Amino acid sequence: MARLPKQERQEPETTGHEWDGIREYNNPLPRWWLWVFYATIVWAIWYSIAYPAWPLIQGATEGYKGWSTRENVAEAIAQAEAANATINDRLASVELTAISEDPELTAYATSAGAAVFKTWCAQCHGSGAAGAKGYPNLLDNDWLWGGTMEDIHLTVTHGVRNEDDPDARYSEMPVFGDILEEQEIVQVANYVMTLSGNTPPDAEAAAAGETVFLDNCAVCHMDDGSGDVFQGAPALNDAIWLYGGDYGTIVETVTNSRYGVMPSWQARLSEAEIRAVASYVHQLGGGE
Amino acid sequence: MTQGNVDHRRQWSDTVAEPQPTTGPTLYAAREPVFPKRVYGKFRNFKWVIMAITLGIYYVTPWLRWDRGPELPDQAVLIDLAHRRFFFFWIEIWPHEFYFVAGLLVMAGLGLFLFTSALGRVWCGYACPQTVWTDLFILVERWIEGDRNARLRLYRQKKLDFRKARLRVTKWVVWLLIAVGTGGAWVFYFADAPTLLTDLATLNAHPIAYTTIAVLTGTTFFFGGFAREQICIYACPWPRIQAAMMDEDTLTVGYREWRGEPRKHSQAVAEGAQQGDCIDCMACVNVCPMGIDIRDGQQMECITCALCIDACDEVMEKIGKPRGLIDYMALTDEERERGGKSPKPIWQHVFRPRTMLYTALWSAVGIGLVVALFIRPDIDMTVAPVRNPTFVTLADGSIRNTYEVRLRNKQGETRPFELSVKADPAIQLEVEGAENNIVTVDANAQRLQRVYLVAPKGTAPAEGHHTDVRLWVEDTTNGDRAHKDTVFNGRGGK
Repeated sequence: MARLPKQERQEPETTGHEWDGIREYNNPLPRWWLWVFYATIVWAIWYSIAYPAWPLIQGATEGYKGWSTRENVAEAIAQAEAANATINDRLASVELTAISEDPELTAYATSAGAAVFKTWCAQCHGSGAAGAKGYPNLLDNDWLWGGTMEDIHLTVTHGVRNEDDPDARYSEMPVFGDILEEQEIVQVANYVMTLSGNTPPDAEAAAAGETVFLDNCAVCHMDDGSGDVFQGAPALNDAIWLYGGDYGTIVETVTNSRYGVMPSWQARLSEAEIRAVASYVHQLGGGE
Repeated sequence: MTQGNVDHRRQWSDTVAEPQPTTGPTLYAAREPVFPKRVYGKFRNFKWVIMAITLGIYYVTPWLRWDRGPELPDQAVLIDLAHRRFFFFWIEIWPHEFYFVAGLLVMAGLGLFLFTSALGRVWCGYACPQTVWTDLFILVERWIEGDRNARLRLYRQKKLDFRKARLRVTKWVVWLLIAVGTGGAWVFYFADAPTLLTDLATLNAHPIAYTTIAVLTGTTFFFGGFAREQICIYACPWPRIQAAMMDEDTLTVGYREWRGEPRKHSQAVAEGAQQGDCIDCMACVNVCPMGIDIRDGQQMECITCALCIDACDEVMEKIGKPRGLIDYMALTDEERERGGKSPKPIWQHVFRPRTMLYTALWSAVGIGLVVALFIRPDIDMTVAPVRNPTFVTLADGSIRNTYEVRLRNKQGETRPFELSVKADPAIQLEVEGAENNIVTVDANAQRLQRVYLVAPKGTAPAEGHHTDVRLWVEDTTNGDRAHKDTVFNGRGGK
């Protein structure tokens, strides 16, 4: 019933505890609070039976509900894949050049391709696609094997100079250390520096190197040093160097040759993933 | 003698002997049911008005329409979580403008400080949803089961006969309907109300809508019907915080002890003392929704709903005494009145440095928000320079920097945005995938656009360390402009 009227004010109840004359008032907790507390204990016991909870020597109790974060992730991935199935099919089947004309497909391919790139490509080409010595920078407008969608798609699908894929892009620079005299290598290295407007250490040798270049190098790198994307022969007349454009590095390259390898991805990635990553690379700023 | 400074309810007289607990104290107390009696008076009427306004705002707001054009929702107040937009009549808040919401929360906090320092727990007593809905539930209870005495009888009746069962079930059903309406109204703030209502009725709405309604129905039913004052006393943190806002000038509900005591049924009167104005009719206790006796002084449970003032005034009028035995007053008035002086006028309690400071702060934040609201553009841009790598060397030796530009179009139609750069004239701007540096941004949307700045070989920006640049974006149709400053990195930085 309602609080009874207090006829007189009374001494409040204490807990009976006393320390140095200081007594503790008894402000009783509401009983429902106690029941809520008991309810949480019951709930905690149920929870520890229902869900993974108790640590054992190996692993933990699994709980009778069989709940597992691993399974949840697998389920979420399966759901995402099912949700993307239609657009993945479309991405894998349209003309390569049609991808960039379809805004929905472009948006999907670019973001999916960024994920593929960060998983499979970033190890060599860098997370920002800026490359490293021997690993091409994919942001610039210079391409060893061509920068169109078709070119990039082919390179990603089959790779470069690998032994797993018979269709891999292939070319091989001779080891000129076995072919040319040391003097000729010095001359051609000096000459190559002049192609991109750099100052060679020995201008006389550079002038003499032109003949060596035209006889030995121009077959692949062209007379003007502009290179040939059909053979993966780098342009030597621009500002971009895969291994380095200083005199010492050029001598080293001519003497020992280079043999950059890229894996074939067709066995590991789906066609839709390859097209996605090709689209991503194509729109990084250098695509042709 | 212990000092009675824990709370005023615990005052007692020096003459009462100290109790000797014999069986030990009870550490847990059962809830004492409260049966508030109907009361008439100005505060009760004021509370009815507040209830009508607050409930009206709550239930009606989602149904107000506001035309924003064909591509935007026409609901006046809408929290569109899926699209991360908050619509409030003519105002539209984007996620990056969340400081407006933060500002409103600061204003709400300062407003509560202001009202609490001036008028005590006026929020608790009049406007708090717990109070408003409990008041509504008690109203329903009174309609169905009768006033205090009838409800007390029903409560004490041990036997569950047909009448008691009928009254109880009817009451719970009506409560449940109100609770469903309460939970139901809440979800309309988060989706187009008419569409959602149709979906709810045809069982096509999202499970989250039903879950939300179910949870809020449960809490409303339980908090308003059964927990009531227990929420205020044990669950709510605000009363404890409010204590820090109140001081001796704060107006709060109090009992003029010096005028009322000794009350009619007291020991003192029995021993022949002159009786005070309090006739000990218990009217103030019977109407209290918190189940306390205001004559025990200021106490933790009191939400200052002022219903005891109405109850006492009615009695005072009947016995021909002046009103205000229980009244809004401040602690400073007690000393003045005990000394025979009249209390300070209300305006002197309300207008003092503390409240003025709160008002000034509240206004400053408010003015700041209004100004920010008016000067914010409906074209907006953020620029994030790509730093991986900081620059790219192109075949001809020129240097290119890349920027991720976020363009925001806050208008209801698609707009063409032209990008341009203001910097060293050697720096040229290119927009990925766009001709003429113009991109279109959809209505009420943002677009992430990659932008390049290129400086030819040999120029100062290309060979230097870094150069300041300013990117401009302009709506070519109406000339709206916005800009952001950033830097251009040259090869000289390496």
